Amino acid sequence: MNTQWEAVIGLEIHTQLATKSKIFSGASTTYGAEPNTQACVISLGMPGVLPVLNEDAVHKAVIFGMAINAEIAPYSVFARKNYFYPDLPKGYQISQFELPIVGKGFLDIEVDGETKRVGVTRAHLEEDAGKSLHENFHGLSGIDLNRAGTPLLEIVSEPDMRSAKEAVAYMRKLHELVRYLEICDGNMQEGSFRCDANVSVRPKGQAEFGTRAEIKNINSFKFVEKAINHEIERQIELIESGGKVVQETRLYDSVKDETRSMRSKEEANDYRYFPDPDLLPVFISDELKAQVKALLPELPEEKKLRFKTDYQLNDESATILTSSRDLANYFEEVVKLSHCESIICANWITGELSAALNRADLDISDSPIDATRFAGLVARIADDTISGKIGKQVFEFLWNSTDSADDIIEKQGLKQITDTGAIESIIDTILAANEKQAQQYRDGNEKMFGFFVGQVMKAMQGKGNPAEINKILKVKLS
Amino acid sequence: MQNKTITQLAEGLRAKEFSSVELTQHFLNRISQHADLNAYITVTADQALQAAQLADVRIASGNAEILTGIPMAHKDIFCTQDVKTTCGSKMLDNFIAPYNATVVEKLNAAGAVNLGKLNMDEFAMGSSNETSFYGAVKNPWNKNAVAGGSSGGSAAAVAAQLAVCVTGTDTGGSIRQPAAFCGVSGIKPTYGRVSRFGMIAYASSLDQGGSMARSAQDCAILLQSMAGFDAKDSTSVDVPVPDYCADLDKPLTGLKIGLPKEFFTADLNADMAKTLDAAIEEYKKLGADIKEISMPNLKYAIPAYYVIASAECSSNLSRYDGVRFGYRCENPADLNDLYTRSRGEAFGKEVKRRILMGTYALSAGYYDAYYLKAQQVRRLISEDFKQALNEVDVIFSPVTPTPAFNIGEKLANPIEMYLADIYTIAINLAGLPAMSIPAGFIGGLPVGLQLIGNYFDEARLLNVAHAYQQVTNWHTQTLSL
Repeated sequence: MNTQWEAVIGLEIHTQLATKSKIFSGASTTYGAEPNTQACVISLGMPGVLPVLNEDAVHKAVIFGMAINAEIAPYSVFARKNYFYPDLPKGYQISQFELPIVGKGFLDIEVDGETKRVGVTRAHLEEDAGKSLHENFHGLSGIDLNRAGTPLLEIVSEPDMRSAKEAVAYMRKLHELVRYLEICDGNMQEGSFRCDANVSVRPKGQAEFGTRAEIKNINSFKFVEKAINHEIERQIELIESGGKVVQETRLYDSVKDETRSMRSKEEANDYRYFPDPDLLPVFISDELKAQVKALLPELPEEKKLRFKTDYQLNDESATILTSSRDLANYFEEVVKLSHCESIICANWITGELSAALNRADLDISDSPIDATRFAGLVARIADDTISGKIGKQVFEFLWNSTDSADDIIEKQGLKQITDTGAIESIIDTILAANEKQAQQYRDGNEKMFGFFVGQVMKAMQGKGNPAEINKILKVKLS
Repeated sequence: MQNKTITQLAEGLRAKEFSSVELTQHFLNRISQHADLNAYITVTADQALQAAQLADVRIASGNAEILTGIPMAHKDIFCTQDVKTTCGSKMLDNFIAPYNATVVEKLNAAGAVNLGKLNMDEFAMGSSNETSFYGAVKNPWNKNAVAGGSSGGSAAAVAAQLAVCVTGTDTGGSIRQPAAFCGVSGIKPTYGRVSRFGMIAYASSLDQGGSMARSAQDCAILLQSMAGFDAKDSTSVDVPVPDYCADLDKPLTGLKIGLPKEFFTADLNADMAKTLDAAIEEYKKLGADIKEISMPNLKYAIPAYYVIASAECSSNLSRYDGVRFGYRCENPADLNDLYTRSRGEAFGKEVKRRILMGTYALSAGYYDAYYLKAQQVRRLISEDFKQALNEVDVIFSPVTPTPAFNIGEKLANPIEMYLADIYTIAINLAGLPAMSIPAGFIGGLPVGLQLIGNYFDEARLLNVAHAYQQVTNWHTQTLSL
């Protein structure tokens, strides 16, 4: 039955801009402080206070706009969104309404191997509200205004997505991008990246959109997918059983995995937007745009392409290594410092190092092995001082100490033996001790070759150069 | 002592004829003697005497400024740290400001002695000071008459010599109209000239702080310390502040004065017309040329003003919700009850009326017809002024249609009250500087002359006012209080 329906999804994503101070005051934005200790007179909306726009927030919005190929408004205006709520100190939120700072842009996402372009309608600057806490106050509510005035960039997409999967792909892409641009820390638990989803369904082939419902404040990728899927099913069931979708705001309950009505269109506020007379319009000059453009980091797509061509990486490695700016920088640093083949560097970073970081739940920027020490390891593998196998041992030492790879190799005596005389005499000893097996090999049992390699390696405590061993064994066994 | 100008007092302090403590005590005594005028909401006697003591030390050490040790007072719209700041409202009757307004900060730094906080219409909404939670201010010239508003306490305090000079604010005439009603001088500078930080907002795009005193010269001295760019106020303008006293004595020869024909009509009160004619004659004698000008859009000023000011105030006053500061109703049943009763019980009638008007004007479906239209009118009015000021140096007009009316007279008819602001309101819409100076008496009550100047050219206005005050003595008329 469901195949005859098509979902239409648009997302509104609130990204908290990683500025030091709030958008309209000098109060700190650091997360997790004691309630109301980061609420200055301006955050509190005291009589007589005035907002002053944080320049860094504007720059970060412009950076974002440029990264999604959007029009940057030469002239944008802050407006007041009026409504009463205890955690909204002034009784209005300063936002942008008719003239947002970022206009139309787009983001390309990949779903099931296919690329799809999702339009961004607009992105506007606004201040966050505080927090209301309803528990543990004995019938009263607690208000924490630390968050009040934190800068947000609300990114509104076109209704271009047709499945929860696409919505999640878009959200992930955006999440990756804002962290890449270093305009948002992307911390979803702390609410730095929040999502509202507009969902409607229509019979496949119909041009007009169905009536939409807005699902508020979904704060994980998993819940976005579940909430949207749940909402699509709810709407289809409703229509198929003869009902009608009403325009309303719904809340997703992650425990029950369902959405429920919060308020209908009729109950919706009239926000009485008007230009904030306390703030001047924001003018973005061509000079500023040029400045920002020059500072714009290489974007994930561009970087991935460059990694594939410049470093001859395959798609998988390039994707992993460009998934964060720090990881990409780490990789490039290792290549530069180790003077060795990029593919070896890539393999060791995406393999050994990534696995260890994952196990320890660490980010690349917190890696106990910095790029210099890691490059030391890769260089010794590349120049055959140690084998790959010994490399793993050295890696363990690197992880648990501050010594360089060279010091570790020296101290632990892990240097590979390439002295052919030494290898030959060990091989002679082993062949003499295993006459029977040598005969089996000569009779055609090729598997026995592996047996001898193993024996030699064991005798050499893993330090023998595998290529040399192979070469000499082949001669002696023939 | 109360008759002296700021300059004379500053000289007296330096010559040790009297100390700032003595001067301050003298004014504190006068304030309590004339408490019936209701000019002050809060008198900060202890702090004032302490500040006076510090001022005396500073004067003795030789690094005093002209305002050091001079007793003045602030309209109760400016936040004063650790001092009750009410804005004339029950809503803020318990509000002790945790910070100083920039204007207060600047005057403190200059060493001025703050005697206390002056009465005003509630949230600066009113033209008679009758909307104050603390009751109407009486006009010192006739205690049955209003002192004007909203800076009624400020004007009355200067007229009754309960402060040497005072701060005021002007959103639609709130400095100029009470100045005219009480026979004192007052200047509303260009919008953006004086910081609004810490000045409790009524209508943000129109509010502007200014000075009031017994002469243009004293207004200049006080304004000098108030004016200037403030990074805390995005709408303050970074234009250098000239020395306002430097050009006070510049001759007026060749000065071009414009008289808007829309203001000087047959409808103008005959006594008022006669008074203004006499003032204009004086200016001719001083060498000025008079020119009739036309500003066709002035007639739309009042409706445009009441839409814009109300819209902005409806939003500005949303923060008074009983949650964080100010009045909170007893035992609220729930959130909605907390909001409706706190606001319902603590806001006065006029404030509620304007919040309702403004909320309506901004509502979906009405915004374009009211708010947007009013903004268009505002632009047209500004254009009228700009064009006129290309032709003339200053524009003259009445300040008020009549002298001060009686307390209670217009309270029942808000429209009539609003119409009394006809001559002052357009100037706020245009953001221009304007002054009111005493120009005569009608029936024993003072009336004023309004001078309107070009953007950031307060110095010219002060010069034009000062020249008149050198050849007339309306401003020195003193009450025998």
